[in-house]
Amino acid sequence: MAKITYIEHNGTEHVVDAQPGVSVMEAAVKNLVPGIDADCGGACACATCHVYVDPEWLPQTGQRESMEESMLDFAYEPKENSRLSCQITVTNDLDGLIVRLPEQQG
Amino acid sequence: MSERLVIVGAGQAGLQAAASARQEGFAGDVVLIGAETAPPYQRPPLSKAYLKGDLDIARLHLKPAAFFKQANIELRLGTRIEAIDRKRGIVKDAGGAETAYDRLIIATGAPPRRLDCPGAETQGVHYLRTLADSDDLRSILTADGTIVVIGAGYIGLEVAAVARSAGRNVVVIELADRCLKRVAGPAISDYFANLHRAHGVDLQLGAGLEFVESCNGRVSAVRLNDGRTVPCVAVVVGIGAAPDQGLAAEAGLSCDNGVLVDETARTEDARIWAAGDVANFPSPFYKRRLRLESVPNAIDQGKVAGINAARAANGVEPATYDALPWFWSDQYEAKLQTAGARPSGDAPGLAEIIRPAADGRGLSVWTMLDGALQSVDAVNDPTAFIVGKRLIPSGKPVDPGRLGDASQDLKSFL
Repeated sequence: MAKITYIEHNGTEHVVDAQPGVSVMEAAVKNLVPGIDADCGGACACATCHVYVDPEWLPQTGQRESMEESMLDFAYEPKENSRLSCQITVTNDLDGLIVRLPEQQG
Repeated sequence: MSERLVIVGAGQAGLQAAASARQEGFAGDVVLIGAETAPPYQRPPLSKAYLKGDLDIARLHLKPAAFFKQANIELRLGTRIEAIDRKRGIVKDAGGAETAYDRLIIATGAPPRRLDCPGAETQGVHYLRTLADSDDLRSILTADGTIVVIGAGYIGLEVAAVARSAGRNVVVIELADRCLKRVAGPAISDYFANLHRAHGVDLQLGAGLEFVESCNGRVSAVRLNDGRTVPCVAVVVGIGAAPDQGLAAEAGLSCDNGVLVDETARTEDARIWAAGDVANFPSPFYKRRLRLESVPNAIDQGKVAGINAARAANGVEPATYDALPWFWSDQYEAKLQTAGARPSGDAPGLAEIIRPAADGRGLSVWTMLDGALQSVDAVNDPTAFIVGKRLIPSGKPVDPGRLGDASQDLKSFL
């Protein structure tokens, strides 16, 4: 299990125990974290699961691929540390991960 | 007095309607009734990642059990509603049990069209709509022998891609002269025909199915209308879907390729709404009626139906459904993303603009009607998809010559 902290735009924190193998998006949806819509269910087709990865965790969460990169280009207020959470797979190495949610999706 | 909202159909649209009604402040009972025994789940992976075996069943579920408790939504599964009595305000299930409603949302979806030829009921003829269908199909992917896919629409081609990637011999039979004819233009059809052929699929266009042959009660071959016989161990049928509108029609609600609703997702009965694949609705943007079979439509229209059921109960003005349609399909290494509704192929004034993707690995096909942008089909070109998603509803004038010129930055059109 990996502990992941999701911080809503208003500062509310949600700490979730995530199973390795699922995505950071799925762990949020299954644990009723608000603010991640994930309309396409994780197909990297909709850009409604946008999160900001805590800069400290960027190396562990890996690189954006080109499809994700293009989708993020048009997300709401993209930043250097923006990711689509459906494209980050939970591993034991991500225990302690912190992600912040944008003010809105899409 | 507290009201009860009943939702018939626990797919993506029904679930969304229940959740949105609650969020909008519906205070009474919310009852979500599904004919299948599985809790609400995602259907798109059934012909993609789940079929491949890349996705565990638990990951298909749209919401955890805790959600229904928290939102106080009563989930009744394995319950098929067989009649709506509008006079008495009740729905009746297959066992004869009655449930009263004050507000009703119909979200029964669109089951697959069935084959209508000799041998159609033979064991080994498969359809794909439900989790159970996908599980059945998975078992044939591991067997030996040829799989015949009837219909080169999205479902047929996605299944063909998964089966071919699993190393199976795949023959696709399509009556039309090109694949995806009902939903896409010729350039997209050509792209996907080439893609499948490059992966070794035997794509037979302009070929009709005459009958299904069997041996010892199991599928053994299909006979085509040109006299050829294709030996096979399984047949997968993907020849489109038809709205499950019987309940509504028998209750006297107007139906015409779906349950007819207005732009607020409401039927002619002020207490009944419909959403998702089953609903036929007027699009304010396209100024024509649409019926869409897609997850985004199920989510967005389900949202509007749920919100408006709550608003009606609370005496608030209804919301309008005007989201731009969108869609996606995954086949092999290709991702297709569509924004907008493509005009019918014979619409007067229809123009198509083909634009190669910046990296040369994909393309986008844009449609215009009398100079106004209508839709974009983008293959491996997410930028074209997202620009289209924003540009189309903006109504901004677009120079077709510039749009087709790959050296022009797409973002400059916004």
